[in-house]
Amino acid sequence: MERRPGKFFFTFENLCPILILVYYRYITEISIKLKKEEDPRGGFPLETCMMKDQFDVLIIGSGVVGSAVARELSRYRLKIGVLEKNPDVCCETSGRNSGVVHGGFAYDPGTLKAECCVEGNREFDRTAEELDIPFRRTGKLLVGNTGEDLKSLKKTMKTGKLNGCRGLELVDKSTIQKLAPGVQGEFAMFSPMSGIVNPFLFTIALAENARQNGAEFFFCHEVTGIRREADQSYTVETPRGKFRTRWVVNSAGLGCGVISEMLGIAGYRIAGSKGNYLILDKRMGALLPLPVYPVPSNTYMGIHVTPTVDGNVIVGPDAEYVKDFTDYGVPAKNMEELAESASRLWPFIRKKDYIRNYSGILPKWVDENGTVQDFVIEVRDDAAPHAVNLVGIESPGLTAALPIARRVVKLIGQREPLTAKKDFDSSRKGIIRFSEQPDEKKEHLIQENPDYGEVVCRCETVTRAEILQAIRNPLGVSTMTGIKYRTRCMMGRCQGGYCQMRVAQMIRDELGIPAEKLLYSRPHSNLFTGEVRK
Amino acid sequence: MKSIPKDVVIIGGGPAGLAAAAELRRQGIQDILVLEREKTSGGILRQCIHDGFGLTRFGESLSGPEYAARFQEEAGRLGIDCRTDTMVISVSPQREVTAVSRGGLVRYRARAVILAMGCRERTRGALAIPGERPAGVFTAGVAQAYLNLYNTMVGKDVVILGSGDIGMIMARRMTLEGANVKAVFEIQPYPSGLPRNIQQCLIDYNIPLYLSHTVTGIHGRERLTGVTVSRVDERRRPIPGTEREYPCDTLILSVGLIPENELSRGAGVTLDGHTQGAVVDEYFRTGAEGIFSAGNVLHVHDLVDFVSLEAERTAGAVAEYIKSGSLPPCRLNISCGDGVGNTVPQKISGKKDVRISLRVSRPFRDCAIQVIQNGKVIVSSPRKGNVNPAEMVQVSVPQSVLAPDGNLEVKVKC
Repeated sequence: MERRPGKFFFTFENLCPILILVYYRYITEISIKLKKEEDPRGGFPLETCMMKDQFDVLIIGSGVVGSAVARELSRYRLKIGVLEKNPDVCCETSGRNSGVVHGGFAYDPGTLKAECCVEGNREFDRTAEELDIPFRRTGKLLVGNTGEDLKSLKKTMKTGKLNGCRGLELVDKSTIQKLAPGVQGEFAMFSPMSGIVNPFLFTIALAENARQNGAEFFFCHEVTGIRREADQSYTVETPRGKFRTRWVVNSAGLGCGVISEMLGIAGYRIAGSKGNYLILDKRMGALLPLPVYPVPSNTYMGIHVTPTVDGNVIVGPDAEYVKDFTDYGVPAKNMEELAESASRLWPFIRKKDYIRNYSGILPKWVDENGTVQDFVIEVRDDAAPHAVNLVGIESPGLTAALPIARRVVKLIGQREPLTAKKDFDSSRKGIIRFSEQPDEKKEHLIQENPDYGEVVCRCETVTRAEILQAIRNPLGVSTMTGIKYRTRCMMGRCQGGYCQMRVAQMIRDELGIPAEKLLYSRPHSNLFTGEVRK
Repeated sequence: MKSIPKDVVIIGGGPAGLAAAAELRRQGIQDILVLEREKTSGGILRQCIHDGFGLTRFGESLSGPEYAARFQEEAGRLGIDCRTDTMVISVSPQREVTAVSRGGLVRYRARAVILAMGCRERTRGALAIPGERPAGVFTAGVAQAYLNLYNTMVGKDVVILGSGDIGMIMARRMTLEGANVKAVFEIQPYPSGLPRNIQQCLIDYNIPLYLSHTVTGIHGRERLTGVTVSRVDERRRPIPGTEREYPCDTLILSVGLIPENELSRGAGVTLDGHTQGAVVDEYFRTGAEGIFSAGNVLHVHDLVDFVSLEAERTAGAVAEYIKSGSLPPCRLNISCGDGVGNTVPQKISGKKDVRISLRVSRPFRDCAIQVIQNGKVIVSSPRKGNVNPAEMVQVSVPQSVLAPDGNLEVKVKC
């Protein structure tokens, strides 16, 4: 519909340039009409590409890796687009995890997982500063009790040292009590370099920084087909338009296998490992200064407890292979087992402190025996030239996102010269959080902008100013959860009982979205059926 | 930051805060400030457009906004300083109250503080209801606010979990707005709301109420498509094999209210695990010097009339405290005996007539509420008919029957 068949098109254009203008006008009008009627994002203006643009690189998936790739590529003179099927970044694996910046001791030496994790960990202070995101190098404990555990921890330490992890040490019971009072264990490995980050804000910040440096984001654009053209470029199809690009980056996370196949690279078996979590009230955050894990097995870190940078405690994850990569429901049985299992590590888990639960699914590349494989970062010059294929990017993908992105840039740079942009700006500013400021700064903020004096979210003390900034976010995200992840409104103990009506109204007022078009999270997740009275 | 001195700062301009302010003024306390986070005072009453408020207090049936207006007008007449759009963000044990508004950050130093912040609703996450997380799951109060304050319709095919009063009221409200309310499910073997709401909101509209049932599954990736409902056994565990699917686009939760005591915690107030409000004595004084508590932040009430009446009694005590600088000690503890879920107050002096508010922990029929001191039944208050956990029960204990020493126990005797 967007374009007539090439041959006729060009003939037509050559013969009658005026008519083609009329024709363009006609299709644009149709597309505007369609946008108005069918926009699943609830009426927010779309940046649908009508094949007018030729991209240098199209990135499929805006999880943390896709966003990091966009950000790292935006250092160069390239026209970059990011296609994302959800209405926001980090809707899947990148936003559904423990939020831990891993040390890198749990992966076999020489693997990309080990290499990228250690690299990402070391630079995380700078990353957090550049992107203005909350990050705390809390350190982490792996707690054991038996002789078997001790053997296993010693092995982990050895692996960690080979991988380049700094400062790993075995500590005794009394040190455990000093570091994390109440934790149950006879001894532990302490990893001082481990830390915690807000995974939503990390991904959002990477994407915003990429946007700021010219990358374009297309939400609600699920890739349905990829065609390699005669000139070696790709046509990427989505239900909302086709895109032409010289390079494709597959950072589709759970969809990496499907996209690989679309690119002509068959054979990757992706297993989804689902993990469930509980979130505890902030009251409990003060009792847990750092993540506490059991002794890890080969590929699974075990059910642990970890503080979040925002002061909650999360408990999880369990691990179970699932066929359905879209079911994020948390079963009752799993919640009970999580609490029971984690209570053996940290005895303060009470049902009265539950505020929410969630789950995430890790895309693991497994061989025919089911053995989990390393990250894949490749260009198959034979099967799919000009496509960087990322497969099996699971944990520690959050920690490793920027190192992975740099490897993507390198692979492209080895195949064509990349010209650095002089005006690339690596720093991105986040929304100033009123609740975290000292009194003088709070007063100053209100004086400068009285919207900072209007507290909308009671539990998390989020102000109107912050919510308005989030609604006007650089990526154009307009869902309720989009505003939630950017500000923490609705994330507290009342779960939006007090503020969600205000937030919904603010989004509608700011963006002119009618009631029935406002989305909660995904396409078609409409919050209202309409107005009560016209 | 400078602290502005005040005799009394009241946190919350809902029914409790307004009633307390007016009573303080009537008792001659001039320097009062009410801090209200909303654009107007009135609290939750603003969204309760149904009637039935005020029967006890005014002898007539008012809507929520009408009931609130009585107090707003009174406060206006008495010239009470009520700062709206002002959110209190902390209260210190020294009664320093820090508040935020568009005008800036303000700190008050109060001789007495009345906590009147109300309560919040228990959520899906707190109950750990399993299943997916589509749009279309609302707590009853949120749905009520969306409909009544924001003119937005939350759905068309509705299932309600929990027979709390707001849930039943929303069953009627949504029916009147054209929604199809399929059923109300209650996990307990008895309703958790008032009998009059069962009649007026469910029976009158042919909405079935299933006791001993709960939601065990939530379906839909985008918008809710349905829920699974199961029968539960006597220990409230779902019985396998009893699952039934209910297609719906909306699930409304009316599964309990929790006094909103985060500020109280920061002020060093001791909380009661039963009420989830402050531990108070007969003067509604908390464990923190000069800090008092009233209304739903102290314990969840069944009727707003009792909130207002209780807040006036709190104000009376606060007035006495301001005038004399102290209140008599209260050393006799009240404990919950068999059949009693909670009491307010939890401590008394033994030197005054007191009225104890309580909730039974399970339904009773033709029983008596007994107050026992030193092994002796000092009060036995017979109750004809049903006594349900949904209603607040009050027992008067005259000073004449109280011994100066010895803790008290309140229990149900059948």
